[in-house]
Amino acid sequence: MTAPDLIVAEPAHDPAPAASRALRRPPKPELSGGQIKALRLARTLVWPAIVVAVLVTQIPFLVTIYYSFQNWNLMRPGSRGFAGFDNYVTVFTGGAFMQSLSATVFITGSSIVLSVLFGLGLALLLNRKFFGQGLARTLVITPFLMMPAAAALIFKWSMLDANVGMVNWGLSALGVDPVQWNTDFPALTVIMVLTWQYTPFMMLILLAGLQSQSKETLEAASVDGAGPIRSFLHMTLPHLRQYIELAVLLGGIMLLQVFDPIAIMTRGTGGTKTLSYLLYERAFVGLEIGEAAAYGVITVLLTIIVASVALRLLFKIFSSEGAKS
Amino acid sequence: MKRFEMKKSYSMKKRLALSAIAFSSVGVLLAGCSGAGGGAQQADGPVTLTLATVNNPQMKDMEELKGAFEDSHPDITVNFVAMEENDLRDAVTKDVATQGGQYDIVTVGSYEVPIWGQNDWLVDLGPLAEADTAYNVDDLLPPVREALTVDDSLYAVPFYGESSFLMYNKDMFAAAGLEMPTNPTWDEVAGFARTLKTDDVAGICLRGKPGWGELFAPLTTVVQTFGGTWFDEDWNAQVNSPEFTEAVQFYTDLVKDAGEADPVSTGFTECLNLFSQGNAAMWYDATSAAGPIEADGSAVAGKIGYVHAPVKETEESGWLWAWNLAIPNTSTNQDAAWEFVSWATSTEYIDLVGTTLGWERVPPGSRTSTYENADYLAAASAFAPITKDIMLGVNPTQPGVNPQPWVGIQYVTVPEFQDLGNQVSQDIADVFAGRDTVGNVLDKGQELAQQAGDAQK
Repeated sequence: MTAPDLIVAEPAHDPAPAASRALRRPPKPELSGGQIKALRLARTLVWPAIVVAVLVTQIPFLVTIYYSFQNWNLMRPGSRGFAGFDNYVTVFTGGAFMQSLSATVFITGSSIVLSVLFGLGLALLLNRKFFGQGLARTLVITPFLMMPAAAALIFKWSMLDANVGMVNWGLSALGVDPVQWNTDFPALTVIMVLTWQYTPFMMLILLAGLQSQSKETLEAASVDGAGPIRSFLHMTLPHLRQYIELAVLLGGIMLLQVFDPIAIMTRGTGGTKTLSYLLYERAFVGLEIGEAAAYGVITVLLTIIVASVALRLLFKIFSSEGAKS
Repeated sequence: MKRFEMKKSYSMKKRLALSAIAFSSVGVLLAGCSGAGGGAQQADGPVTLTLATVNNPQMKDMEELKGAFEDSHPDITVNFVAMEENDLRDAVTKDVATQGGQYDIVTVGSYEVPIWGQNDWLVDLGPLAEADTAYNVDDLLPPVREALTVDDSLYAVPFYGESSFLMYNKDMFAAAGLEMPTNPTWDEVAGFARTLKTDDVAGICLRGKPGWGELFAPLTTVVQTFGGTWFDEDWNAQVNSPEFTEAVQFYTDLVKDAGEADPVSTGFTECLNLFSQGNAAMWYDATSAAGPIEADGSAVAGKIGYVHAPVKETEESGWLWAWNLAIPNTSTNQDAAWEFVSWATSTEYIDLVGTTLGWERVPPGSRTSTYENADYLAAASAFAPITKDIMLGVNPTQPGVNPQPWVGIQYVTVPEFQDLGNQVSQDIADVFAGRDTVGNVLDKGQELAQQAGDAQK
């Protein structure tokens, strides 16, 4: 099977299904006996891989589903039992879930938008030839290579500390009173750390996009009298569209799982309790295994829905781009 | 393609054999995974004990000195698995709750000991300790022993213990012409803090970082001395009672007016940092903070005064915490484990630390005799006598104004408390930031607390 086969939906009332299918798929080749045997061997050899894949991907999920129907607090060994849908009722009526969902969307969304904007700016700067370009690029990438926990600690102690932090020191030079980052702006604090970490990632993807743009086209545009702003808006930006979409998608997948800056800096206060932190709290602070499992199951379902919509979008981008060229 | 050119034929049998090999290799792989978790040993012959512990300095000293124990007990080896506090709590809870049996000795905080004891997860050490005359069980500090006892069973023995007290910078008080009484009240302390607060120096450092063990350790003692409590005698939640509300209002106002900047970021470590650099005039926290404050490298060593925890309605309001050694019921080496536990919590061990590592490194707060030891008192003269007074003065069975149905001061010994304390403290962060009011936050907390209380009825 090839990739386009996977995503092309079969319309139910195709006027000429047989004809269109014949166009898309070549007729099956006739196989000799030896070839069939070789195929059988190939299929047999695939079995262990399938078994392992099922064991490592599906069994944990099935066990999680089983736990989500259990009433199980680790500290109360005697009270374990079947809970029916109680845990799911708690998830949806407790109020924490919707708050956490909106916190996740807000923090992830803002961080992605900001890091794409900053990443685009840096990519444009790095896309020109200058002395020390390679060194500058490496330096700019550093934040992305740093462990998230280390980054959060640096921000907590060196950058945003209310007494000795560099950010407040810089602000005081401008005559601004010291800011209590974690207390007064917890969501902004987390977004700052994430933007700082993911800007280089976005920049890398966008820089690759910029470098794949042909210089001749841009030269031709300038010969035709287009200024730098016009050629950026009408030539470069449309060219970058698919790179931006890819950056947003990948960034979204990674940022949805964000945990470290929240655990280290804000501890889930002031609208920073994202789904992953909420899940951690239910399992390791609340010790409610059943409830945490129910949160996990709901999160997986939501992720599957979001991911399949996003993936479909992504395939559409690639296939439409492919059709154009 | 190469695959289609293969001419060798495979019989059905060979195919089956291949699949079988493939499956069995998967089986071996899985067996290998599960094998890594188990660690039970036979009791006869040489014994290896696995000890799960928290990675703080006193425990590292114990690991350093375990050779002395192994020399006198040649058939026992002790393996230390040291973890950060939260990891230890997770790992040990999971192992003990699921009957994993990985550990022969576990380090347990005083909050968990009664809960685990009631769950029948821990060996009752009472009879073993009574039978061992050299161990002198009556020498254990009475309030600590009380906190580790459920229905006359002693489920753990203390390795070291702490209470809380008020530390103040004598230079700053002298410069402002203020005098700190030995038993201050919270109103006096609030007055001092508001007087001493400047742009660069916080009047007082009080924990604001969310967490039942962070913010709510000092805050619960304030609540109790203000006459409030988490639950009344019949497990009815009292979180939005006037006394509880007044205490939280007092605490948050004091921090906002005269406390440290950015309270939600500030826990024990951050306060220690601030105070030992001379950026706070007072600090109300654990007695164990005195060690690092008086250590070399601290900017305020020798300039600090120590007084009793501030009070309002009660006589004494220090908290009580101990790191303890306990033996899980799942251990197959319980006798050997007791040998080690009794050695590590004995006066003999305390002397060993004093003579080999230095008297200032002795684990404090576990035995009365530690505070009668002239060498220790000389090394820790600044804070040892007051620590002893406070640790003997606190009453874990009734720390507040009214009787309570659990034993413990800054925590409630029910499984739901860590979750409850955590959630309410997260909401109090909104009060520090001015996003919410104390009344609203505690009304929400009351609902959560009532659920936890109902589970005890």
